[in-house]
Amino acid sequence: MSERKQLERLLASGWISRREFVKRMVALGFATSVPASMLASMPAYGAPKKGGTFRVGLGHGSTTDSVDPATWENAYTQFTFGYGSNNHLTEILPDGSLGPELAESWEPSTDAATWTFKLREGVEFHNGKTMEASDVIASLNHHRGEDTKSGAKGIVAPIKEMKADGKHVVVVTLEGGNADFPFVLNDYHLAIVPGNADGKIDAKSGIGAGAYVVKSYEPGVGAKLTRHKNYWRSDYGHFDDVEVLTIADVAARTNALTTGEVDAIDRLDIKTLHLLKRNKNISIKETSGTAHYTAAMRTDTPPFDNNDVRLALKYAVDREALLQNVLRGHGVLGNDHPIGLSNRYHASELPQRSYDPEKAKFHLQKAGMSNLKVDLSAADAAFGGAVDAAVLMKEHAAKAGIEINVVREPNDGYWSNVWMKKPWCMVYWGGRPTEDWMFSTAYAAGADWNDSFWNHEKFNKLLLEARSELNEAKRREMYVEMQRIVRDEGGVLVPMFNNYVFATSTKVETPEQMGANWGLDGNRGMERWWFKS
Amino acid sequence: MYKLVKLVAQRLGLGAIVLFAVSLIIFLGVELLPGDLCQEIQGQAATPETVAACRKELGLDQPAATRYLNWLGNIAQGDFGVSLANQRQISELIGVRLSNTLFLALVAAIISVPLALALGILAALYRNTWYDRAVNVVTLSSISFPEFFVAYILILFFAVNFGWFPALSNVSPDTPFWERVYRVILPATTLTLVVVAHMMRMTRAAIINLLASPYIEMANLKGMSRSHIILKHALPNAWAPIVNVIVINLAYLIVGVVVVEVVFVYPGLGQLIVDSVQKRDIPVVQACSLIFAATYVLLNLTADVLSIVTNPRLLHPR
Repeated sequence: MSERKQLERLLASGWISRREFVKRMVALGFATSVPASMLASMPAYGAPKKGGTFRVGLGHGSTTDSVDPATWENAYTQFTFGYGSNNHLTEILPDGSLGPELAESWEPSTDAATWTFKLREGVEFHNGKTMEASDVIASLNHHRGEDTKSGAKGIVAPIKEMKADGKHVVVVTLEGGNADFPFVLNDYHLAIVPGNADGKIDAKSGIGAGAYVVKSYEPGVGAKLTRHKNYWRSDYGHFDDVEVLTIADVAARTNALTTGEVDAIDRLDIKTLHLLKRNKNISIKETSGTAHYTAAMRTDTPPFDNNDVRLALKYAVDREALLQNVLRGHGVLGNDHPIGLSNRYHASELPQRSYDPEKAKFHLQKAGMSNLKVDLSAADAAFGGAVDAAVLMKEHAAKAGIEINVVREPNDGYWSNVWMKKPWCMVYWGGRPTEDWMFSTAYAAGADWNDSFWNHEKFNKLLLEARSELNEAKRREMYVEMQRIVRDEGGVLVPMFNNYVFATSTKVETPEQMGANWGLDGNRGMERWWFKS
Repeated sequence: MYKLVKLVAQRLGLGAIVLFAVSLIIFLGVELLPGDLCQEIQGQAATPETVAACRKELGLDQPAATRYLNWLGNIAQGDFGVSLANQRQISELIGVRLSNTLFLALVAAIISVPLALALGILAALYRNTWYDRAVNVVTLSSISFPEFFVAYILILFFAVNFGWFPALSNVSPDTPFWERVYRVILPATTLTLVVVAHMMRMTRAAIINLLASPYIEMANLKGMSRSHIILKHALPNAWAPIVNVIVINLAYLIVGVVVVEVVFVYPGLGQLIVDSVQKRDIPVVQACSLIFAATYVLLNLTADVLSIVTNPRLLHPR
C-alpha cells in the first residue's frame, strides 16, 4: 500500500511519467487508471534538474553541536544531518502520510505490538558498506539502554526487543501495541548509520546513508556536503553540493539571501516580511504544521487544580489578537489542544474557542471566586514574542476580572529553571506528526514532559486503547474525543499554531506541496528541492 | 636595559597569577549559573535519566573542586582538554577561530591605527579649525552608534545597494588570502569606525597638552614651523599615553567583537565563548577567557615597554 502511495506522489509531482507510473503499478499488481486529479498538477513543473551548489543559511546551530545522532536537538542538526546526510526507516511525506525509506514495507501483528520491517536491498552507506539488519538494530540501540543520553530515549523506550531475520528483515517487539510505530521511526534522531561488529555505532563518524555526504563540518559555523554517488534513489538529492551555514542574526540572514550569498534561509523576521515580499528574486514560503505555542498550567498546584479556573483563563484570552499581534497572522488559531491541521485526526468538528470575558467570569464564579490573581512566567526563550504575548494576555484577562502578573524570566536556563517548575509559564512545542506521540509526550499521566502535570483517568485510558487500535474510523473517534477532553478539561492553553515561514531565491524550485512537520519542507529541502534550469 | 628585562620578568610573573585568578573566577562564575551542560544541551528534551547519564559520562557528577583541580593539572601540562559538548580537542576548536579573530583584529588595526594617528596629529596641528571640528564630529558620531547599527548601514550600502563587498564574512581555513581580506573588509571597517575616535582624540589631546609647555614655546620662538614642532618636539613626548590607548583598543579588537562577528557571520572566538557560556561548556569557556586575559596582560606589558622605550624617564619613577 505504501509503495502505491509513493508512486502516486511521484506522479503527482511530475517526477515520473504517466507511462512509468502505470508500468510500476502493474508490476506491483494493482489494476491502474491514472487519477485525473494528479495529472492536473503535472504541467506545473518539468523534471527536476540535477546540479548546482545549494547554499542555505539557518538561524540555529551552535559550536556545541555534534554529528552524534543522540545529541541532535536544533533545526541545524536536524536539517544538515538528520535529513540531509542520513536516511531513516520511514519518511513522512509532504501530505503528512507515511512512506517507505530504508524500510521497503512493514507489517504489524494483529495487536500492533510486533512489527516486521522489510529493509531495502542494496542501500550503500557513505563508506561503501551495504546496509543490513544489524546496522538498523545498532542504530536504534544507540538511543536505548541505561547509559544513553539521547533525546530520543523516550520514544524508543517501548521497544522490548529487536531481532534480525536474515539480512533484510528486522522484527521489533514493543511493550504494548502502537499503530503509529512506523511514524516514530521517522524521528530525526533515529538515523540509520553503519553498525560495528560489537553492535555499536561510531557516533563521531558522521557517516550515513542519505543523499549527501558530509565533507567538512565546523560546529556553529557551517558544513559542506556533496551528493552521495551511490544514493539508492534517483528522485531525491538533485544538488551536486550543499553548504549549510549558521547565520544566527535574522538581519544578517535576510541580507545573505537578498545579496545572493545563500539560496534559502529559515525563520524569517515576520515583522518585515511585507518589505521582503517586494524583492522579485525572493520567493517566500509558508507551511502550517504541528508547531504551536502554549501556556502550561500546573494542574497539581492551586488555583490551577480547579478546572473552572483553567476554563476561565482559556476564555479570558483573545486568541485572534494574539495571532494578529504576535504572529502577524502567520499562524492558525489554537483550540486548547495540541493537534494541528496537518495531523491526520485533527478534530475540525470541535467549535473554535473564542474570547468571552463573560464566560470567563461565569467559570470564575463557579469556582467560587470573584476575582483571581495569578503569575504567568514568560521569556523569549519560550518563543519569539512570548513576553509580548503574556502582556497581551494580561490586558485581555483584565476585562474578565482576572489579574495576570507577568513575571519576566531570564532566557538563559529557561527550560531547566522555569518550564515545569513555575505554576504557569509560556512554552513552545514543535509538535509531533501523530496524535498518540504528541499526547503521550506531554499529556499522558506521568510522562516526562507532561508540563501541566495533568492526570485524567478517561483520557489516559483512551490513549492506551487508541494506540493499539488498527481500525481507522474507531481511532479517529477516539482521538477526537481526546482532543475534546484536553480542550475542556486539560491544563494547557493553546492560543495558536505558528506557521513555518522561510524563503528561497527564485532560482530554487520546490514541489507544490511541502512537508509541514518542520520548516524547510519538513527539513528535507536539501533532498527534495532543485535549481531551475 | 637590565632594569627593563627585570620589569618584563616581573610583569610576566604577575600575569601568570592574574591568569590563575581569572580561571578561578570564571570557573566559579559558570558554576553559579543555573543548570549545567547536560540540562542546557538537552533543553526542553531533558529527562532526569538522560541528564544523569550525560553527567556521569562527562564527569559532571563529581564535586566542583575536584573538577577544577583536574582541569588545572591538565592546563599546567599544556593540555586544554576536550569540549564537553562535542568531545573535540579544545586546542583544535580554538585554533582556527583564534587565527580568524587575530586576522580580523590585524586588518582592523592596520586600517585604524595609522588613520587615527594621522587624523589626531592633523587635528592638533589645525586645532579649532573646521577640519578639527569635522573630524571630531564624524569620529565621535561613529563611536556613539552601536556596532551592529554601523555594521547594518555598511551592509546596506556596500553589500545590498552597490554590491561591492559580500554581506557574509564566512571564511574557512582553505579560503585564499586575498579572498579572506576581501571578505573581512566590511567587518574591519565597522571596527575601525568604532575604535578610531578613542585613539584619535587621545593623540590630539596628548599633543595639545604638550603644546603649552615651555620647550615648545622656545621652539616657537626659534621660528620653527608648526608641523615640525609637533612631529619632532611634541610627538616623541606624547607617545606614552597614545600607545596605552592604542593597546587598549587593540585588545578590544581581539576580545570585544562578538556583535560584529554575529552580524557578519565571522567564525571568531567571540561566538564560541557565548555559545559555550550558554551551554555551560566550562573547559571551552576557561580556555577562551584565559586567551582573552592573556591578551590583555601581554598587550599592557607591550604598552609599558613601548612607553619606556620612547621615554626612558619612565624607568625611574619618583
